[in-house]
Amino acid sequence: MNSVIRCEINGEEREVLADGRDTLLDLLRDRIGLTGTKEGCGNGNCGTCTVLFDGEPVNACLVLAGEASGARITTIEGIAHGNVLDAVQQALITHGGTQCGFCTPGIVISAVALLDRKRAPTDDEIRHAIAGNLCRCTGYDKIVEAIRSAASSSRASAP
Amino acid sequence: MKPLAYECPTTAADAVAALGRGDARALAGGTDLIVQIREGRKSVGRVVDLKRIPELTAIAQQPDGGFRIGAAANFNKIAAHAALANAYPSVPNSGRLVGSLQVQNRAGLGGNICNAAPSADAVPVVICLDARAEIAGPKGRRQVAVEALFASPGRNTLATDEILVSILLPPVRPRSASCYLRFTPRREMDIAIAGAGVWIALGSDGTIEDSRITLAAVAPVPLRTPMAEKALKGERPSHALFADAGRTAAREATPIGDTRGSVDYRRELVAVLTQRALLSCAKDLKLRITSP
Repeated sequence: MNSVIRCEINGEEREVLADGRDTLLDLLRDRIGLTGTKEGCGNGNCGTCTVLFDGEPVNACLVLAGEASGARITTIEGIAHGNVLDAVQQALITHGGTQCGFCTPGIVISAVALLDRKRAPTDDEIRHAIAGNLCRCTGYDKIVEAIRSAASSSRASAP
Repeated sequence: MKPLAYECPTTAADAVAALGRGDARALAGGTDLIVQIREGRKSVGRVVDLKRIPELTAIAQQPDGGFRIGAAANFNKIAAHAALANAYPSVPNSGRLVGSLQVQNRAGLGGNICNAAPSADAVPVVICLDARAEIAGPKGRRQVAVEALFASPGRNTLATDEILVSILLPPVRPRSASCYLRFTPRREMDIAIAGAGVWIALGSDGTIEDSRITLAAVAPVPLRTPMAEKALKGERPSHALFADAGRTAAREATPIGDTRGSVDYRRELVAVLTQRALLSCAKDLKLRITSP
């Protein structure tokens, strides 16, 4: 049962043919080819498929493609500013906050969503914001350091 | 998995009609249902999304001071409602225990109720608050106590062509407080081994006039504990009283033992969590309770 899904993805209006069984994750990866968003568990536990849905982080594996109709979606491919990485992405590199990298897209999205709401989050708030993103290389300390540092560099560069 | 059609009506009546055509499930946050369908645990030909029905996602204070929470309003939206958080902080607080932030941006109270998991974290407190459920069906609307919606693990008492429209909370009773506590090995992203929701209301003489206790994950459905509730009534809050109520609630629990906890361990958790939740209410009510 195919239907046309119209939504905004990374600032671009898209019309995509999707099967009724497709999740938003299937739509992004298999129908559009935006494979930066990863599938880990497929049931909402690991957070590696996190995307912004109307500005809020959600698990793309827990959203049906049909539910995305009319929504504004931001994936990891829409986070950098042209050729310049977002402060969160740059900080993860600088602080070594990534090992195998599979959880990284989801971590970046959750961190960006946090810093949108809170310019100066506490470490507890940072840990809470990424609690739904599992890193099995278990480098959480460096991830937290990176997000803390991205917050302070964003504050320094903001007017 | 068989083919699946997605429908998104914009009125409750249209949603009821869509469900009435059969082989369909109502979809709220989808954080349980979508996984159940995709893993083949539920076979269904159509999902009827309730999130495009305005009254299903609205949260509003009522003329009498109570609250109407749309059954498909997500937990982050519930937590962002300032008047609700001020009147009943335990409602957003228990919603914050469900899954991750990502999940809380989709999942809400209505789905947590209708999914009917005995471990549902957002449910005990609303049962303690004497919440009513507003239900729409082919013959119109009806109301029942939220407590009456639970049949067995994973099964609610709604007919297949009925939807939960809203959860209705009464006005805050003077000198009352509520709290839900659960125990999980991990702080986040875990399922309660046991949980305890409590509500107490004091009379003008400082004794407990009314109380409700609802336990999670220690029975096939969220469990009221009438003996522990009765033990509190007419008494003056104290450590000894709360400890006694906890032990009584533990005796009323009917837990199973599984990989997450044995029967004895769950009962012990009930005693401790009930007592601590009661102490938290006493603290909210600014009561001075003498140490044991």
